[in-house]
Parts: sequence; C-alpha cells; structure tokens
Amino acid sequence: MISFALNGEPVHLDLDPTTRLTEALRETLGRKGTKVGCDAGDCGACTVMLDGAQVCACLVPVGRVAGRQVETVESPAPDLDRLKRAFLRHGAAQCGICTPGMLMAGVDLLRRTPRPTEAEVQDALGGVLCRCTGYRKIISAICDVDEAPAEPVADGAIGQSLPRLDGAAKVAGDNFGADEALEGSLLLAAIRSPHPHAAFRFGDLAAYAARPGVAGVFTAADIPGRNLFGAIPPFADQPALAESPARFRGECVALVAFEPGTDPDTAGFPITWEPLEALITPAEAEAQGAPRLHASRPDNRLIEGQVIKGDSHRALEEAAHVIEGHMQTSFVEHAYIEPEAGSAWMEDGVLVIRACTQAPVMDRDETAAVLGLPADRLRIIPSAVGGGFGSKLDVSLQPLLGLVTLKTGRPCRMIYSRAESMASTTKRHPAEMTGRIGCDATGRIVALEFDGRFNTGAYASWGPTVANRVPVHVSGPYRTPHVTARARAVHTHGPISGAFRGFGVPQAALWQETIYDRLAEKVGLDRLEFRILNALEDGDATATGQVLQAAGIAPCLRALRPHWARALQEARPGRRGVGVASCWYGCGNTALPNPSTIRIGLSRDGKVMLHQGATDIGQGANTVISQIAAAALGLPVASFSLIGPDTALTPDAGKTSASRQTFVTGRAAQASATALRAAILRLANAGDGAKLALSDTVLTVSDGPTRRQIALVDLPPDRFGYALSAEATYDPPTVALDENGQGSPYALYGFGAQMVELEVDPDLGTIRLIRVTAAHDVGRTINPLLATGQIEGGIAQGIGLALMEEYLPGRTENLHDYLIPTIGDVPPIESLLIEVPDPEGPFGAKGLGEHVLIPTAPAILNAIRHATGADHTRVPVLPHRLLAAMKGNA
Amino acid sequence: MNAFARPQTLQDALSLLGSGRWQPLAGGTDIYPGMRQSLPGQVLDLTAIKGLSGISGSDDLRIGACTTWSELAKAKLPPAARALQQAALMVGGRQIQNAGTIGGNLCNASPAADGVPPLLALDARVELASPRGTRQLALPDFLLGPRRTARAPDELLTAVILPAASLDGGSAFVKLGARAYLVISIAMVAARLSLRDGQISAAALAVGACSATARRLPEIEAALTGLSAASAGEAMTEAAVARALSPIDDVRATASYRTSAATHLLRRAVAEALQ
Repeated sequence: MISFALNGEPVHLDLDPTTRLTEALRETLGRKGTKVGCDAGDCGACTVMLDGAQVCACLVPVGRVAGRQVETVESPAPDLDRLKRAFLRHGAAQCGICTPGMLMAGVDLLRRTPRPTEAEVQDALGGVLCRCTGYRKIISAICDVDEAPAEPVADGAIGQSLPRLDGAAKVAGDNFGADEALEGSLLLAAIRSPHPHAAFRFGDLAAYAARPGVAGVFTAADIPGRNLFGAIPPFADQPALAESPARFRGECVALVAFEPGTDPDTAGFPITWEPLEALITPAEAEAQGAPRLHASRPDNRLIEGQVIKGDSHRALEEAAHVIEGHMQTSFVEHAYIEPEAGSAWMEDGVLVIRACTQAPVMDRDETAAVLGLPADRLRIIPSAVGGGFGSKLDVSLQPLLGLVTLKTGRPCRMIYSRAESMASTTKRHPAEMTGRIGCDATGRIVALEFDGRFNTGAYASWGPTVANRVPVHVSGPYRTPHVTARARAVHTHGPISGAFRGFGVPQAALWQETIYDRLAEKVGLDRLEFRILNALEDGDATATGQVLQAAGIAPCLRALRPHWARALQEARPGRRGVGVASCWYGCGNTALPNPSTIRIGLSRDGKVMLHQGATDIGQGANTVISQIAAAALGLPVASFSLIGPDTALTPDAGKTSASRQTFVTGRAAQASATALRAAILRLANAGDGAKLALSDTVLTVSDGPTRRQIALVDLPPDRFGYALSAEATYDPPTVALDENGQGSPYALYGFGAQMVELEVDPDLGTIRLIRVTAAHDVGRTINPLLATGQIEGGIAQGIGLALMEEYLPGRTENLHDYLIPTIGDVPPIESLLIEVPDPEGPFGAKGLGEHVLIPTAPAILNAIRHATGADHTRVPVLPHRLLAAMKGNA
Repeated sequence: MNAFARPQTLQDALSLLGSGRWQPLAGGTDIYPGMRQSLPGQVLDLTAIKGLSGISGSDDLRIGACTTWSELAKAKLPPAARALQQAALMVGGRQIQNAGTIGGNLCNASPAADGVPPLLALDARVELASPRGTRQLALPDFLLGPRRTARAPDELLTAVILPAASLDGGSAFVKLGARAYLVISIAMVAARLSLRDGQISAAALAVGACSATARRLPEIEAALTGLSAASAGEAMTEAAVARALSPIDDVRATASYRTSAATHLLRRAVAEALQ
C-alpha cells in the first residue's frame, strides 16, 4: 500500500510502485487534471508539485511519493486559484492542454519568488511546452498575478476583451480525449508499420486473440463498410486499417483490444514484415518508371493546380529587373501537446464517438462510410481539443474506436502515444519551389512565374487543397498583372502531408517574400516602401481576376512605417537586422461550398441557448460566436448558454479550418440571431430599434416609451422545444475557378504584415529574436484578447518553421529531437489590430487564424539576410546552415 | 507486480544488488522515457539513501550520486565548480533538474550528458561501491562509450569526487542548441583556468556532444598555459579542436560546423572563466 497526501488529502493506493505517477493520478485516482503529452519529460504537461518542487509526474515512480505531498491543478490552494484568475484575465490559456502544467510551474515560481521578472518566469517555465499561445500571455499572467483593480465587467459587446467563456474549464484541467471513457472500456492499441513501404503477413491471429487480457484483434477484413477515408471525398484513398502493403511508416494495419486493467502491450503480435523499396523524395516518385503508390495516379501525381493570367513570359522578358529564386521546406509536425485520444460506446442503438477533432460532421460522415452505418446511427461528440492546427481535421482514431465498439458492443478507448501521434498523423507539406518575379524600372511588379512541387506523402488528405490554394496566393497581396503559377502534389512513401495552418501558403510566402527583398534591392527601393508600392488596393484584380474589396494590406504595411524606421536605425551590419513580410489569405474553402448553420433558442425557462457547432480548438470560437450572436440579438453574452458541438445537438457549422469560423459561422450566428430578434420584435409589435432585456423567464421589449413583456413560459414549445428559436445558414458566395484558375475563389480575404528584428551570432550561426511587430487587418475586432492570442501563437509556429522544425520519419518522433519553440524562443510581440471592415464579414470581421503564421518565417529570413547578406533557400535555418550560408556569402 | 525496493541504507542497497538482477533507479528522468506505464523487472530506488545525497568534504569535495541538479545549482561551491553549477541549470527544464541526479547522468552515459564536460574539467573521480568493497575511477575510465560505463552489475555509483587540487581557478560552461530551453546540445564546453601573475598557470578544457564521449583537450590546455588572458584566444584554433574531437555529423549539425562552433565556444568559456 502506498500512502501519500494529494492536495492535502490522504490517499492510499495498491499499485506497482514503479507505475508512473501520472498513471496513478489519472487512471487509479481518477484525477484527470494532470495531462500527459509525451511520457518522456519533454513537454511538461504533467508538471505537479512534489514536496513543494515541480516535477514531471510521468517520470516519478508512484512508490517514491509514499509519505510525501503531491499537489496538482486540482489543489484548492488560494495562490493557485489566484494564478488561474490571472490566466483567464490575460488569455493565457487557449486549448488548455498545457495549462495545468504551466499553472503548477507558475505556482512553484511564485512561492519562491512572489514578484518575478520575465527572465525568472522563462527559467521556471522553460520545461513546459505550449503550441497555441506563443507564451507571451502566460508570461504576463504570471508577472501580473495580483488581482487587477475592479473594472467594469465586460458584457461581451463587439470589440471587448471578454475572457474566454470556456476558460474556467481550461484552468481547471479540461476534459480532453483521454479524460473520459465509460467504466469497463476496452483499451485499444494499434499495430503500425515500422517501414515506409512494406508487405506484411499475419500469423495466427486467433491464437493471439485468445491470449489472456486480449478481447479481440481487428484487421482490414473486419471493416464492414468502405475501407477508405479522406478529407476530400473524391480523393478518399486512405484505409482505416491497411491491407498489405503498408505505404508509410506508422500506418495502422491491425488493432488489438485489451480488457480494462491489462497492459496494452502488443509485443509478440503475429506479423511478418517484408520491407519494399520506398520512394522517399518527390523526385524519386516522379522518375520515369517509378512504381505507382496508387494505381489510378500516373507519375504519382495526386493533382496539379494552376493560375494563369496574362502573358507572364513576355512580361518578364520586358521587365527591367527579374529575380529567380528557389526555396525548399521540410515536413513540419503540428506538435499539439494532446496526442489523439477518444472513446466510444453504444447508446440506444447509436454509436457514439467522443474524441478530439476539428471537424465533427466530417468525422461522422467518413467514419459512417468506413463502418457501413447510416449517418444517423453515428454521433460525434468532440472532446476538448488540445491543439489541432489542421491535423485534427482528418479522422485518426475515430474509425478504430467505432469499429471495436460496433463489433464487440462494448465501450472502448484509445490514446495515442507521442511517437504514434507523430508518426501516423499528417504533416505540413515539404515544398520545392522555384520561379521568377519581375518588376519595371520604378519597382512595380509586372509578372510572376512559379512552379511548386509538394510532397503529399502516401495518401491524399488535403493535398488537393494545397495544390489549389498555393497558385491563388503565391503572388502575395501584391498587384501582379501577369501570372503563371503551378503547384502539384506528389505521392511518396513519406508521412501523409495534410492541412497545417495555411495550407501551403506559408511555404509559398517564403519563396515570394524573400525574392521581394532581392528585387527591392535591385530597384534601389526601401523594402517596406517597395511592398507598399505594390500592395493590392480596393478595385485591383488578384491573380485569379477577382476584384478586391476591403483590401487591408496597404494599411497594415503603412502601420509598420514608424517601427521600420526605428528598426533600420538600430540595425547593425553583420549583427542585427530587420525584415518584413506580408500575408493574405482567402477565408473559407477555395471556390467550394462550406456552409455553416447556427441555431439559437430562447428557452421557456429564460435562457438563450446557442447551438454552437464550430469546434473551439483553443482559438476562441465559443466566445467569438457568442459575442457576434449577442450583438445581433441585442442581449448580453451573459444570458447565453453554449450547447455543443455535438452532431446530435448542433447543426453543422463546418470544420474549424481555413480561418472560416469567425467569418462563416459568425455570419450564420449573426443571421440566426437577427432572425430570432425579428421574431421577438414581431411578437412584441416593436420597431427595429427596440431594446431587449431578459429577467428570469420574462423577456422585456422596450421601444421608446412602450414596454412589452413576454412571459416565455406562456409560449408553446416550437419544433425544438423552445419558446422561440431561429436557425440560419450562411455559405460564402464564390465563383468557381476555370481551367486557368480564373474566378473568385473566396468571398473575403484577410491581410497582414509582420516585421521581425533579430540578432545573429556570426560565430555560431544562432539567432536571437528581439521583437516582432505584427499588423493584421481583422476587418473588425470581435475580441482583442483572443485576436492577439492568435497572432502571438501563429508567430511562435512561424518561428519554429523558420529556425528549428524539421520532421524526419523515424528520427524525430518525440519532442526532444523534434524541436518546437520554448518559452525562451518567442520575443516580445506588439500586435497592431487594423480594421478595414469587409461588407461580407459579420460586423465587418475577417478571419485571422492562419494569416498570422504566414509572414513570420519570411520576415525572419529577410532579417537574417539584412544582417548578414546571406540568402537562404532552405528552412529551417539551423545554426550550421546559417553559418554555411554566411561563409558562402563571404 | 514487479519487485520494487527503496532501501534507506547503502548496505541494504548493495546486499540487494548482490542478490539478484536489480535495475538501479535514481531520478528516473532517463529511464522512464520509452517505457510503458511501469518499469519491468526488479527496480532498486536509490533516492531514499541519505548518504547518497548532498555535498560534503572540506578538502576533496564529495557529491553524493543522488544529488539533484537543483541541489547542485544552489549549493555554495568554489568558482572552479561554477561550470558544473551552470550546467546543472541547463539540464532539461526545472522539473528535470528537481528530479535528475548527477550519478544518473553519468551512468546513463549519453554523449550529450550535460554534467560530463564540467566534471572532466574538474578531474572528477567516481566512487563505486559493491559488496566487494569500494573503488574510485577517473571519470574518463568510467565512461567507456555511448551508453557504456565501467560499472559492474553489482556496483553502485555512490559519489563523484572533486579533488582539492582541481578546485582551483575560475570556470565556465556554455551549451549550444537550436532553442532556448530543453536543449539537447549541438556542442557544449567547460573550461577551468587558473591565473597566476597575469598568466594562465593551469587550464582544463572539455567538449561534449561532438564525439562519442566528451573529451578533454590536452594539446590546447598545454598551449594555453603560460599565455596571458588577453592572448588566450590564439591557443584555440579550429585545427587543434578538430584534432582533439574528430566531431560527428548528425541531424543537429555537421561535423565541420561542430569544429567551428566548439572553437568559438571554447574561446567564450575561457574568457568567461578568466573573468
């Protein structure tokens, strides 16, 4: 028996003393506030206090805590509670998966050092990774832990920094995919290919299934429906359980269900692998005579997208200056701190799957097809999502969980290990990009030619989206009269490349924006002024011929001018440089429908029920959609209750991707709330300007001197059981692209520009970032706290892309060999929120989530070039690559 | 259920170790990664043995094998051990520093072990105890290669000894990686130097993460001796560093980069140690 004090209460456990403390806390004691991100001490999500000192609970044998004090995020300590309030006030929690670890490390510091400096915060929290926030708001929360002076409570009006509505759950230790399962759930473990390409044969599966503790073994032969899924239905090509051969390292080929309480150890599983020749690079995959990964795709080409406008060849011949450039990028891992996890069970004949996701309705439809179920017999309940960034748009373990529960009738659960998550889920596409950009003697861009090859890995995933988005966006937000741009996605036996914040546009921006610096130099123009000269304005046509409205790039660039002038003065050749880069990004699907539907009900007991199907993966949809709905309805956010997302309870609000939720779901919420308001005003016979007030079950409508009271209990329930309700759908209007990529693919674009100041160590090739100044046109700011949180988090990922992140299959399947920025790697960030309202956006608002990552990496490369003169054609710029480039330059 | 022992005395630990196949467990920070939810086999937890923690001695310094990095970092030690204390604050994050131990770091024998270069520069010895008795080995004789040490199966590493003669002068540790915290080194350097009448009277330099095991650089140490602080940089040339290290190529950096970076790091560590 092991006895210790947990948050001041005595607990007694009868466990193997070498059991990880995380496992004991979570699985034996049911305290799920402590999170597990890696089981290796690399991420710090499991940080707890042991006798008053922070440790990673995943590395502590529970036998060692006997007789000692363990304190977790569930502790009632007043100083922890105070820090939680500071986290909420500062927007320091986004998805919430790292939050318990951050809080415990923070409390550890504050108990030693009540008034810490920024450097002390960084030293104390350096062992906890966060992928969402960019750390800056965490630092400010800890440095400003004292209660803020009483200020008027934000009522959630448009433009107010309302703390996130789901924040209390985040700081308490939210319920993620691994945190809930029914009693008696089977525990699933996957058998995965250790090779990039290998044939395999099973041995005696029946004998293995008969082993004690094994409840069942499942292979492709057990799939009742169509064993293919894919985010884009016409390209669906990925099996839930592969048949021989496996096409990438980490591909799932079989599934073992273990009885609860059994160690899910798959050692000895009867399978024989025969490694086959693997096509690792796109060049190998496109070589003449290369075998096809998919029989229907010659040259291993998944798709090619193109945009052709004017005569770029001739325009470049006549251009005064032409720069040719190349750029190569690597696989980039999303590295959310929550590995995929979920559970499944049967409820009244309906299969219920609760798992982390960005796209519940897509999960339902794809999983139903694999399982051969009608969609109404499958219900998806998204768990709290510990970061997604695009990868959790694709189904991962949903079909696996569903299969086992469907076949056995028993509840089950599955939790990916860190290595499994990294090996088996999608990555950012590695890109090889080449082409030319030319301008006239005055510096006006005349033409661009671009050819991009994107390594899409073994299966389609979002490869088609990348191939289509890149040619549309590769000009950057600049007037480019003649364009020839092609991007193709090529299959290899590499990891599946899918969606990752920006769908290929960040890679293309690296190519374009670094060429722009060289062009500006050739013309003899200041790099910022060169961009302002060419910035798209209202009425300009884009590369697809779309005539823009609400073009916000020039205001963003102009907002940087005073900062730029200062930074240029502070620059020092050979040491300190400054760089700038822009972004634009069309919000929503590329010329394809992507409607969102929102329902709002006024319940007979006096609540405003917002059926909010847009998954909040930390970005803040729960809060922003509520603010939009409240503003349109005319009642405060405080009177709203959130329902969902849940495919049984919420209409389809589409996927959380393409920076579409604030815009598309926001418009649906605005329309739904407007319709509900109209119904109320009709009932009260009141005019448009009437004021609403909700008190208990009475709705008061004041129209000038007239007051009308509606007793909600007296109204008959409508088809949803509400006193009054409304449902509205919004689908952004677009015009399909023709064979030359001409059309209006997006209803709305967002814009931004970032300026990076940095210092280079010329001896070691290392970079110290000094400051990032980020101007983003959000159309209309719904919530500044959340908007700046997006900017800071996007910049942190851009820093990783530029300076350290490079996923190598089989080599970097953990969070110490795969490096993401730590709390010491993100410099102070000044956000400038620019508002150029778009008539199409809700209250003028535009999307922001992906835009924020795009300019960071090219601005860093441009700043490095400014400091050193060294050109970079490959990211990440690791120290040895920078030093080599500097020597090559000298 | 696996056997798990958490003895209070070294004698109990040694008699267990002599009686079967026990896996010694110190901080656990290198053993748990890669394991399942519990450890296999028979586990001998050393962290309750009082005599294995803490720093003692007035002549030679004796650091108990289970002394954590945090304890080392906040101990009052002579300037010669400052490099070791700087290294202690760069091992993982604070959570790792609170759990990981100096003895575990040595027994894990990673080429990138942060504790090794400062200890090499201090001419550290390790003390190994077994039912057969106690012996001391110089650190280079203990670290045989990546993940290989001279510890016999029935032996425990009980202490690291810093000889009084080497606790002289100033020291510094510098570590190079591609991010700010949780860095696995591309290269790291420890330097310890004594200055007499404006001249370097003794130098001890060690470089880690550049070769299969961390190494001292005797040729450069000799070249430094007798130089003034101002001219110390001349002794550290890329050619001499390359001869000493034969650096490795891996995903973190190329060999030629390591040579160049190690040279600059040596110059910086020496300059800092001489301050």
